[in-house]
Amino acid sequence: MDSAAPAILVRDLHKSYGDVEAVRGIDFEVARGEVFGLLGPNGAGKTTTVEVLEGYRDRTSGIVSVLGHDPAGRPRALRDRVGIVLQSSGVYRHLSVREIVTHWAGFYPSPRDVEEVIDLAGLRESADVRTRRLSGGQARRLDFALALVGDPELIFLDEPTTGFDPAARRDAWETIRALAELGKTVLITTHYLDEAQALCDRVAIVKDGRVLAVGAPAELGVGASSRYRVSWRDGAGDLETRETDDPTALLHQLTSAALARGVGLEDLSVTRPSLEEVYLELTSETATAERGSTR
Amino acid sequence: MSHAVALTWRQYRLERRMFWRNPSAAFFNFVLPLLFLALFGTIFSGSQTDLDVIVPGIAGMSVMSTTFVALAMNMVFLREQGVLKRLRGTPLPSGAYLGGLAAHAITNTAIQVSIVVAAGAVLFGVGLPENWLMLAVFVAAGVVCLGSLGVALSHAIPNFDSAPAYVNAIFLPVIVISGVFYDADNAPAFMRDIAEVLPLTHLIDGLSAAMVTGAPFADELSDLAVVAIWAALGTVLAIRGFSWEARRD
Repeated sequence: MDSAAPAILVRDLHKSYGDVEAVRGIDFEVARGEVFGLLGPNGAGKTTTVEVLEGYRDRTSGIVSVLGHDPAGRPRALRDRVGIVLQSSGVYRHLSVREIVTHWAGFYPSPRDVEEVIDLAGLRESADVRTRRLSGGQARRLDFALALVGDPELIFLDEPTTGFDPAARRDAWETIRALAELGKTVLITTHYLDEAQALCDRVAIVKDGRVLAVGAPAELGVGASSRYRVSWRDGAGDLETRETDDPTALLHQLTSAALARGVGLEDLSVTRPSLEEVYLELTSETATAERGSTR
Repeated sequence: MSHAVALTWRQYRLERRMFWRNPSAAFFNFVLPLLFLALFGTIFSGSQTDLDVIVPGIAGMSVMSTTFVALAMNMVFLREQGVLKRLRGTPLPSGAYLGGLAAHAITNTAIQVSIVVAAGAVLFGVGLPENWLMLAVFVAAGVVCLGSLGVALSHAIPNFDSAPAYVNAIFLPVIVISGVFYDADNAPAFMRDIAEVLPLTHLIDGLSAAMVTGAPFADELSDLAVVAIWAALGTVLAIRGFSWEARRD
């Protein structure tokens, strides 16, 4: 197997349910060892895309490769090497955490040590608890444990922290970072910007079944929008804001004018748009464009 | 032992362990027919003719309860909970999983029919079965028939909350009409006509021949044929409608 080949490759993926086109031409690549995020609002097509990659859905058209396999036939060789955390899925209620993790370990050709997985998922204290008594956060840790126990190369996490309280989210993030440190490739879907920013090496912003922008969270502003925001307080103390593609020229103009008048520029700042601003801008632009096109 | 057989065996052992830890499932699938046997056995204790009807009748009910009822409820629950979808994403072969589930149901059937046979011999004067082979053949046919119909029914049940209603709406009338508790030949003509179509009636006829009357196998082939036709129908419906995920609304 060519280790330089991407872990995941998606080209012009389309998926329709009847007349509804959930995915309308998605492209992205995930490198080995990368934590990649699909970020977008509910109904953007994130879960459909991931479930095509997991082998749960057949695609309508497009090219998809996961660890060098086509997931459509659910090949055993692929399932051996992939761990899946679904958006929501139950588990046997009358077994303990340890019993279930042990049972799952038996599905895989070279599983991780069960006790090690229980520690990694933060389930040491509840190892002997029957799963129907687990809290929401603990149940999610069990989801991680079951996805991990086969020692997969690639892990899918579909909205791993939706509905969590802040402490449980931080815990889940720690577990995901631990996976990345183990060298796993991680594909995560989320509608939380802070989550994408905190965890992902690169992010694809998805809306209405299309990818609007791809890049590192910190750099996404550059690709999607070249604007800088310059703001300061005028003589009356009101906040002035101007956007520009060329902050050097604007700053030169502003500061020389201020110097000539012998006044200061209070609270002068130059900022790049945050991921959140890019996200909101991109998603609302699409919405406007679509409204325009339907008239 | 090959890998797939080992996985089937592991799944089977897990199903056994879980079954006994779930008291309500154990009760409805297992204890209920035995409770009915004790009750009706006591009520009819003065009449050997009635006991000769009730013991094979309860044996037939046991086959239906451990396969049809248990599998329909279990499949709906596992599907709605997302357990089936989660398993689908692991390397566990579908055949090993379903084989483990089937073996679990068959074990319950075998244990329960054995208890009914033993109780019939020891407590209710029915004696030991006249024809063990015929008993085994009919129980096996009944398991395939009623098990596959239970899985097929699970496809039609929208959610777990409504599962007991769907299952009992079929199970309760069928056990009454098919003559678990009385000789179906004594029922009014229109009920006999319905009973003639149902597989449980013919399963009970076969069990009765094997356990009580000792009628020759050749006389029971038509009963076996009806059970086999339902088994074929059930198998087709169970496989064609099978889904690892709950329906999306």
